[in-house]
Amino acid sequence: MHTFGYRANALLTFAITALAFICAIASFSDKFSNQNPSAEIQILNINRFKKQSHGNDEVSLTLDISADLQSLFTWNTKQVFVFVAAEYETPKNSLNQVSLWDAIIPAKEDAKFRIQVSNKYRFIDQGQNLRGKEFNLTLHWHVMPKTGKMFADKIVMPGYSLPDAYR
Amino acid sequence: MDWQGQKLVEQLMQILLVISGVVALVVGYATESFRTMMLIYAGGVVLTTLVTVPNWPFYNLHPLKWLDPSEAEKHPKPQVVPVASKKKFSKK
Repeated sequence: MHTFGYRANALLTFAITALAFICAIASFSDKFSNQNPSAEIQILNINRFKKQSHGNDEVSLTLDISADLQSLFTWNTKQVFVFVAAEYETPKNSLNQVSLWDAIIPAKEDAKFRIQVSNKYRFIDQGQNLRGKEFNLTLHWHVMPKTGKMFADKIVMPGYSLPDAYR
Repeated sequence: MDWQGQKLVEQLMQILLVISGVVALVVGYATESFRTMMLIYAGGVVLTTLVTVPNWPFYNLHPLKWLDPSEAEKHPKPQVVPVASKKKFSKK
């Protein structure tokens, strides 16, 4: 500690180490928050259901998505990424997951919402398996913190099905 | 800065930074504001810099006592006697 440069260096390294500790504790404090998210999805309409020219099935739906994800936000949350996926089984694949819609929720106030929207991304099967198919709609979310580890979870809503014939 | 000053600086630096960190964490958690925590900590770091890095006079209260020049003359430095080169004696 005999010179200016020596003290400045010591201060800088100790300050950054302490900052790392602070961020670790802030991230750890997330474990104490109670989280009870809820969601509900209804299919309002099946707009189109046909076989594409290269042979795969395609569906276009209008969804009514309502969710309350406000309890996921803590002081250490930067944003929440949420998406809706259709999950079903085919003879070829034991699990198909097709993402239909997603959004980024930047703040707690925007986390309770209800929207009616047609699927943002195309629902195309690998094959022609969708007639009369039963599927789950799952709402997934990824909570991205300001500091620390991202964690993800989901709500599975079973019991949706597609019509037996093309429209 | 003298030895006592250096020791004081090291202790002050660590204590001030730790306190800044703890206060920042507590206030940030209580106000649910990450930004507040970072601002308080940054303020604490700046304060610590101002207190510990410049060479303030109160760090020099126990200055080293160098030997007085007149005293030094009474005890001259020992002269280094050049060693005469030794020749190798070969037995006749």
